[in-house]
Amino acid sequence: MSVKSIPKTHMLHHASQTRYRKRRNLFARLLTDRRSTRSLGGNIVLVLTLGLMASIFLFPVIFMVNNAFKPLIELLKFPPDIFVKNPTFENFQDLGELFANSLVPFSRYLFNTIFIVVAGTAGQIILASMAAYPLAKYDFPGRNLIFNLIVMSLMFSAAVTAVPTYIIVSKLKLTDTYLSIILPAFASTLGLYLMINFMEQVPSSLIESAAIDGANEINTLFSIVMPAVKPAWITLFILSFQNMWGVTGSTFIYDESLKTLSYALGQIATSGIARQGVMAAVSLIMFIIPTIIFIFMQSNVIETMTTSGMKE
Amino acid sequence: MDDKIHVNGRHSFRKNRNLYLMMLPFLVLFFTFTVLPVLTSIVFSFTDFNVLQFPHFIGFENYKRLFLDDTIFVTAVKNTFIIAVITGPIGYLLAFLMAWLINELPPKIRAVLTIIFYAPSISGNVYLIFTLIFSSDPHGYLNAKLLDWGIIDSAILWLQDTRYMLAIVILVSLWMSLGFGFLSFIAGLQTIDRTQYEAGEVDGISNRWQELWYITLPNMKPQLMFGAIMSITAALGAGDITAALTGFPSTNYATHTIVNHLTDYGSIRMEMGYASSIAVVLFAIMLLSNRLVQKFIRRVGT
Repeated sequence: MSVKSIPKTHMLHHASQTRYRKRRNLFARLLTDRRSTRSLGGNIVLVLTLGLMASIFLFPVIFMVNNAFKPLIELLKFPPDIFVKNPTFENFQDLGELFANSLVPFSRYLFNTIFIVVAGTAGQIILASMAAYPLAKYDFPGRNLIFNLIVMSLMFSAAVTAVPTYIIVSKLKLTDTYLSIILPAFASTLGLYLMINFMEQVPSSLIESAAIDGANEINTLFSIVMPAVKPAWITLFILSFQNMWGVTGSTFIYDESLKTLSYALGQIATSGIARQGVMAAVSLIMFIIPTIIFIFMQSNVIETMTTSGMKE
Repeated sequence: MDDKIHVNGRHSFRKNRNLYLMMLPFLVLFFTFTVLPVLTSIVFSFTDFNVLQFPHFIGFENYKRLFLDDTIFVTAVKNTFIIAVITGPIGYLLAFLMAWLINELPPKIRAVLTIIFYAPSISGNVYLIFTLIFSSDPHGYLNAKLLDWGIIDSAILWLQDTRYMLAIVILVSLWMSLGFGFLSFIAGLQTIDRTQYEAGEVDGISNRWQELWYITLPNMKPQLMFGAIMSITAALGAGDITAALTGFPSTNYATHTIVNHLTDYGSIRMEMGYASSIAVVLFAIMLLSNRLVQKFIRRVGT
């Protein structure tokens, strides 16, 4: 009998719980369910606002994308059209020819960029998370000093540190190496600050229970904290990729065979008159690669966030 | 945010050894490539360093010159403040508003809108398309359209006429304001636990504005702080956009900003000492604005 009574009470308990949940949901739906409570007017305003904003933000981008496929006649047309009439790959072919005649092959520039992007982004995420975790979740001597230095460093203009940085890079004999670009990128405080902000929201109880199980700090970071702050490091990935992709490295790298693709593209687009078409093609390439990465990463964030809640 | 772990003791260096080791790689690079250059710049600001000759210590001479003799600097400060006061707060609110509005949409639509709003910030030079749109040439997009429609008789020098320059710079800055702060808002909104909203209903939260103020915003304080720093540094550090759109130097210095002034002395005239003093002043302005804004954000949701 006693064995039977346990599942019985359990069931009872379960039933009352679902009933309670149901009632609350109905209550919620009537009053504050986030989609259905907005009035029809509210919905119309929302759609109009978003539509208007989206078209304002998209307009220059559409203009740029179309320009890349315009033949020269359309590029110089008066008055100009946004949309291309006779799309052509002429501009890209011209760009290809210019690269075919360059001293350093296209593949070399591409390799340099890929290497810098991969190493720079991976290193930045790993170093920043390792530094962010203690700063976000622990109290130790020197914590506030380091944290304040990091926040302050975000506000110092990069334009003026260029010369001291150059002196340091050359003193360390890093000029004409990939490291001259990668190492300073590793120390980006923006990424670190972002990671700290998100890690602060991970409940301490989650981390302490891992500590009871005997995990050390670095294990806890990679097995518990990092999965919980996935949106943060994916955002950091996007930021880092964008920065590294756009890096020209012209101040530290003189060897043409070590220069990046964005440097080469920039040079080709600006060195020469009547290269409007090539320039439009270059703009599109510079834009489209980070965009593809962004779309790919962003869909990843949204997928994981709908299935897992992070907070207590 | 006060949810910190003290297991290792807050006063012991030795017990926290693991934590220091974790931070070490970053901190070494941070001191080498950030702290050292910044400190060097601050020291330079008290010298007459010009890259070629050995610097001499000249005390506050650079700062005196900056505030008393340099009328262009005064113009630059004025322009920077105008740009910052408009684009900073509006850009920040816009970024949050947009993130908030699209957060409740179905995931697919949300993803598409995120990309659209972030697109202007994706590649460093998408905004150069505005030089074509606002080109002073009759073939420039806006001029051509306005001429075609008969609204104007002759091409307007959008980027050279002091009446329009600042407004256009502000417009383009706003167009680019849904940047990295916006992304962090979106990521922050997605990490808020849904059960908090349900609990809020029980506690008597009855409309979306209360929900925003008492649940959403307090949960996003770290991202709000982050976004604020992004907005402050972007707004007060405006310079690339002005130089790219209106030229350098701009007509009558109508869009000359502190950063433009800094680049002028630091990269063109090579008066590094003087340029450094400009950077230090800008640094001080940013720190002060940040302090004010953080104070304000701390009050959110209370």
